[in-house]
Amino acid sequence: MNGMVGRLILRRLALGVLTLFLVSVGVFFITNLLPGDAAQTALGQAATPETVAALRLQFGLDLPAPLRYAHWLFGLLSGNPGISLVNNSPVAQMIAGRLPASLLLAGVTAAVSVPLALVLGITSAMYRGSWFDRIVNVTAVSLVSVPEFLVATIAVMLFAVKLRWLSALSHTSDIATFGQFVKAYAMPVMTLCCVIVAQMSRMTRAAVIDQLRSSYVEMALLKGVNPTRIVLRHALPNAIGPIANAVALSLSYLLGGVIIVETIFNYPGIATLMIDAVTTRDMPLVQACSMIFCAGYLLLVLAADVLAILSNPRLRNR
Amino acid sequence: MKPAHESSARPVITAQKRRRNGRSWLGLIGLAIVLFWLAMALLGPSISPYDAGAIVDVDVFSGISRKFWLGTDYLGRDMLSRILFGTRYTIGLALAATLLACSVGTAIALFAALTGGWVDALISRVLDALISIPSKMFALLMVATFGSSVWLLILTAAITYMPGSYRIVRSLAVNIQTMEYVQAARARGEGVLYITCVEMLPNMIGPVLADMGLRFVFVVLLLSGLSFLSLGVQPPDADWGSLVRENISGLGEGATAVIMPALAIAMLTIGVNLLIDNLRGKRARKD
Repeated sequence: MNGMVGRLILRRLALGVLTLFLVSVGVFFITNLLPGDAAQTALGQAATPETVAALRLQFGLDLPAPLRYAHWLFGLLSGNPGISLVNNSPVAQMIAGRLPASLLLAGVTAAVSVPLALVLGITSAMYRGSWFDRIVNVTAVSLVSVPEFLVATIAVMLFAVKLRWLSALSHTSDIATFGQFVKAYAMPVMTLCCVIVAQMSRMTRAAVIDQLRSSYVEMALLKGVNPTRIVLRHALPNAIGPIANAVALSLSYLLGGVIIVETIFNYPGIATLMIDAVTTRDMPLVQACSMIFCAGYLLLVLAADVLAILSNPRLRNR
Repeated sequence: MKPAHESSARPVITAQKRRRNGRSWLGLIGLAIVLFWLAMALLGPSISPYDAGAIVDVDVFSGISRKFWLGTDYLGRDMLSRILFGTRYTIGLALAATLLACSVGTAIALFAALTGGWVDALISRVLDALISIPSKMFALLMVATFGSSVWLLILTAAITYMPGSYRIVRSLAVNIQTMEYVQAARARGEGVLYITCVEMLPNMIGPVLADMGLRFVFVVLLLSGLSFLSLGVQPPDADWGSLVRENISGLGEGATAVIMPALAIAMLTIGVNLLIDNLRGKRARKD
């Protein structure tokens, strides 16, 4: 590592922090667009003006918007994003109860999908133009252009209703053995994987093919190196950067998928918590959840960019 | 092409020819699917066998039969009729949002590209910042704040996908601006309106239309996803996403009512994709 790379990464990190700050302004701005007032909503139609005024004071709603924003941001950063309007418990506590489950789901999905996508992407790049490549490509394109709930419903129809391997829509909290874990997570993870693997394998394929077109691969080909060795020894090490970039970017698609999958499988994660909050218009909870999702998304995009910088050999050894 | 590849040119051409034929075939299928659903959006309610709200069967979640081609839903309503009535919402909302996003995006992009300088930079940065909120999050925030309504859904989807359209059109416009025919028009002393409408827009219509198709697919997926979370089109109206949601309790028994509306969405989005792919292929061949 040298100064050039360090400076670029620092710049990218600073940009990431700035973007997150702008996103927080955006989230606060959108959720405060409505002239209606959280105190009135919380107390309902029957509230007297005095109690509404008292609650307004308690929520700090009498302050000007920039001050309220600063207060909210400070609370968010210090781990106290406010009190839920619906059941009066601290938002931080509600999120803490749900976040690990979502992270586990995302983690298991990543652990399954990344190796699978890499193998699919690299093999279809090696045999590009073959029937195998075409089948993978057509399947990937169809999976990307189809709603997540179609994949989920087909999975349930196939594995729970027809084959009876897994039980539909049951998420039990008492998971003791590995077998039970597999049974409970198989379908949600499978559904999420379908979407992610499709994205990732296509991007991996493109990255490897990009390298296979280069002149050093042609050189190796003319020397008579066998094709497997060309891909594994020559193209792959140079494609690592773009592939890592593709992996991080694809994982950011988990976000959209997780919302649908948690809902369809009744999974007690942070996405279902946020959907409930949106339905009941529990603003402090909505704000906090969306900030967590946006932060996760930005983190993955940031990781993708940093990996791209780190793996660019032109920036090294300068 | 590099001379090294020249020797193997012959077999490549036949393979390409085969690919081209395959391509136009798929493109025709895509076109047929898109035209079919557009016709259903226009005619659906008048040719549907039953009323969308009518309870016509005592059997709920019944399967495919001669009387009910796509089975019945959780209340014993005819699924085919409900899907036909839902077409208007799914396609109509998505079409409105896409047109809004693309026309506003195009207008701002042309303005930015023609003005240039700090105005261009400022607009580009602001719209880049808009993209950094994931589309589903933005939609959820809007629904949480304003409550769901048809107009809000159109507006939300349009705002979400406008920056993407802006990006594409701006980069096209910046390239086209340096072309001789645009500079000739400038030298002739034509006005800005003439240059954009007569010289620039017709020359970017292909890529812009392809981009619009892609954006339409995104909007369909976003809105049906919202409806699936019961945050989109509100009952008694129902788009295809809502139809999946309201019948989700039949999933455990393998009801056709869950799968059919989801398949309708898939058919539409895949159809549009096939169509765009073919258009793109044609353009690539011309170049």
